[in-house]
Amino acid sequence: MNVRLYLWQRATAALMAPLVLIHIAVIFYATRQGMTAADILSRTHGSIAWASYYGLFVAAVSIHAAIGVRNILTEWSPLRDRRAGQFAVAFGLLLAALGLRAVFAVVLS
Amino acid sequence: MLAELSVSLWRGAQQGRYETYSVPQRESQTVLDVVTFVQRHIDPTLSYRFACRVGVCGSCAMTVNGKPRWTCRTHVAKVAGSGRIEIGPLENLPVIKDLATDMQPFFEKWQQAKGVFAPSKTRHDGIEQIRPDSPVRVAADAAIECINCGVCYAACDTVRWNADYLGPAALTRAWTLVNDERDAGNAARLQAVSETGGCHACHSHQSCQELCPQALNPTAAIAALKRRTAAAYLKREIKG
Repeated sequence: MNVRLYLWQRATAALMAPLVLIHIAVIFYATRQGMTAADILSRTHGSIAWASYYGLFVAAVSIHAAIGVRNILTEWSPLRDRRAGQFAVAFGLLLAALGLRAVFAVVLS
Repeated sequence: MLAELSVSLWRGAQQGRYETYSVPQRESQTVLDVVTFVQRHIDPTLSYRFACRVGVCGSCAMTVNGKPRWTCRTHVAKVAGSGRIEIGPLENLPVIKDLATDMQPFFEKWQQAKGVFAPSKTRHDGIEQIRPDSPVRVAADAAIECINCGVCYAACDTVRWNADYLGPAALTRAWTLVNDERDAGNAARLQAVSETGGCHACHSHQSCQELCPQALNPTAAIAALKRRTAAAYLKREIKG
């Protein structure tokens, strides 16, 4: 961990704090209203706002988790900085791909 | 009070074993007294390190019943209620022999963290006036009493996991100098503590401040360094 990675991890954490709260509030709202999957998709389909919200969430999660995984690998595995960094980038890209695929499915499908 | 203490001492180097000795228990006895008794009366080949015996020099730190402590100021009554005491070399440092560790990595990290005063004036300049109650002097004074005993370094989980980590003592020293108005080495120092193994590797477990025999708070100093270096990075005063 250096100052650059530290700031990225703290900044994405700060960004995720309100996003997580909104995400949980949305879950509570959807379940208490008894909304079906079709109801939800009818509201999210074509919505630039929901695409932006969850797209930003996915980006923040991918960066934050990748830095954390890199840190765990350097401390708990024989991997050194370079190899741990490569693994972390791959992990972050995987998270981003999975997350953006889900966003795409909810907004555009 | 028990008449005899059962004392297990580490014998050997990195590889070795604990051997048990019987030592008479005395009033106001310190852990260092116990080790010295063994060396003088039972086995003169026992190796350990001490100098001042009064908590000033920082030489005699050892692992006592699993925790790093300054042995000259640690009373047996405080740590060996059951009458048993296990004393080993400090963790996270190579063992030279028995209870003596090689402190070289510890002091090399002080150098890496630029924990050395960088003068800003020459002998021809006047003496700088420093107000004792100025905020930066108060911050510098907070950890000025570090005696380099290595207890925080031995207590630190991050040091154990990350060979590059500079450790609580070196980073606390760096923070002290960052706040020293007479020092001119902050650009290089902030850069040094911002790289891999620097202050951002700290997990804030706080074992350092819990066990520091001088009751200093390295965790707070490291947290302050994180804030200062983050600001310096955003202002492009240091590189990432």
